[in-house]
Amino acid sequence: MNTKTLMYIVKRIFLAIVTIWVVITVTFFVMHAVPGGPFTGEKAVTESVKAAMEAKYGLDKPLGVQYLTYLKDVVTKFEFGPSLKQRGRTVNDIIADGMKTSVRIGLIAAVIALACGVILGSIAALRRNKLIDRIIMIITTAFVSMPSFIMGSLLLILFAIKLGIFPANGAARNGLVLPVITLSLYPMAYITRLTRSSMLEVLGQDYIRTAKAKGVSGMKIIFGHALKNSLIPVITYFGPMLAGITTGSLVVEQIFAVPGIGRAFVNSITGRDYPLVMGTTIVLATLIVIMNLVGDILYKVVDPRITLE
Amino acid sequence: MDITKLSAQVNLDDFNPATEDEKEYMVQMRPSSTFFKDSVKRLLKNKVATVCFFIIILITLAAILVPIFWPYSYDQMLGMTPGKPVDNSFNDLKPFEYGRSEIRRMEAGESVIPHIFGTDSQGRDYFIRVVYGTRISLAVGFFASIIVLIIGMTIGSIAGYAGGKVDLIIMRIVDIIYSLPDMLMVILLSSVLKVVMEGALDGTVLAKIGSNIISLFIVFGVLYWVSMARLIRGQILSLREQEYVLASQAAGAKGKWIILKHLIPNCFSVIIISTALQIPSAIFTESYLSFLGLGVNAPMPSLGSLASDALNGISSYPYRLVIPALVISLIVLSLNLFGDGLRDAFDPKLDT
Repeated sequence: MNTKTLMYIVKRIFLAIVTIWVVITVTFFVMHAVPGGPFTGEKAVTESVKAAMEAKYGLDKPLGVQYLTYLKDVVTKFEFGPSLKQRGRTVNDIIADGMKTSVRIGLIAAVIALACGVILGSIAALRRNKLIDRIIMIITTAFVSMPSFIMGSLLLILFAIKLGIFPANGAARNGLVLPVITLSLYPMAYITRLTRSSMLEVLGQDYIRTAKAKGVSGMKIIFGHALKNSLIPVITYFGPMLAGITTGSLVVEQIFAVPGIGRAFVNSITGRDYPLVMGTTIVLATLIVIMNLVGDILYKVVDPRITLE
Repeated sequence: MDITKLSAQVNLDDFNPATEDEKEYMVQMRPSSTFFKDSVKRLLKNKVATVCFFIIILITLAAILVPIFWPYSYDQMLGMTPGKPVDNSFNDLKPFEYGRSEIRRMEAGESVIPHIFGTDSQGRDYFIRVVYGTRISLAVGFFASIIVLIIGMTIGSIAGYAGGKVDLIIMRIVDIIYSLPDMLMVILLSSVLKVVMEGALDGTVLAKIGSNIISLFIVFGVLYWVSMARLIRGQILSLREQEYVLASQAAGAKGKWIILKHLIPNCFSVIIISTALQIPSAIFTESYLSFLGLGVNAPMPSLGSLASDALNGISSYPYRLVIPALVISLIVLSLNLFGDGLRDAFDPKLDT
């Protein structure tokens, strides 16, 4: 690793930190720009009760002070305060609860997408322009252009309602099967196409021809030479893929009623639970930024030929 | 003049001036072709892109024209007649079923336009709602892309042409916005803007469009211009070193003139390609937001909100979800394939 790469990584980490700070700031001020305080929707309360509640949550202080307190709590203690709608629970509790489920389905979906995508992509590349290649390409094109919420709903109709194989409710037994499939289909299709095109490129390289000329067996060429080099673009897609799965989970968890962080986020927006909105936004955004950061750094480290900017 | 075949005497006829016929025979001129014509020719050779183009045109025309002559409207509850009790027989009709009063009219010999996709739970004709939803989705996608184009083009060309500190500052802002998680920010901003806009819009012309769509446009304008700006800046950085820019500067042209008359026209292919690819992504985002309940204001339908509404009655009426789902997928797929075709046709140097 040379100094130039190192400089790039440092710069990239700095940008990520600034981005997270911008997210926190934007979220905070946007949520406080909403007309009507968080207690306006409640039962009519007397002025003194309202003042007491505002004092309890620190809402009587000037906005700048509130912002600094919030920033300090988030950065140093990783604390997002109490939830306004779910009494007695802090935002941290809700996020921790949701994360357990979300991380599980997200990781399983990522592993499935990666495994199936690489295998299907290699098959398509090795059987180029044969029937199986055509079938794989048509199916993946369809999957790539279908929004996740449509994919999820169609799977729900087919497997949960028509066939009744899996439950429609994510909290039930085997309930996470359909959400995982939904989340994995788009990245799987994308990885298949990525693997196919990079595999085709690698197979046309001189060193593959040399290996063939030396009499290396077909299997050894594929696994020893071609696959390793054609996986570079796939590795670099890993960060964006996890980020995409995170965003996809917002609707997928909604469709299948999975008790994850994505659903907590959407419900907090419709329920105007401001601290929860801020907390989930910041946590999800930080996750996405970190994943993209890791993806970019991998990009640079795996293939030093790539120059960014 | 008669000469023997073997004599060395020259044939004087060969030195006469050529006649008009002979001249025409020698000159082979093809009509001159512009860059645009060439690209369109290349585009038409691409069968997939051409088919997709016709699908898009067909869907667009249908979305514009059908509501004009269709007898039902998207918000008309067919069971409701002023001064009479609500006729529930119109609610939740299956495709090609009729309400009670319609059956009576048909028995009387009148012809009634069928409800091709049935009606929804409030007795509204579902076909016209899908058509209207397509119209909204297309319009949102188109106008959002125009907004992105204008903002991105302006800022990108200024950054690219000015260079130096201006460029540095703009590009750092672009970097930050680019690395923001876009969907989260879109959801957050549009949910808040929706509330803020509701009060501000009352009584203005914009109120008719609805606060949600306006806030969607604002969010697009704030977040999505960055990739367009990056692209245009990159183009302009290389173009401004060309000799004709220097010549124009030497002739006394100002920055604005050079940008508008020389640089932007030369970015034309990049602009057209990325705008074409922006439209499906805008439609995608709109349907995603509508699905979460943050899209268009009810009772106005969009394809995403239709799909989202259909989830409630999914076990009895799955086709209500399948229809808008298919339309969205068809639109997004054909726009994407068409955009790819455009890229191949308008940017032959680009080899991807």
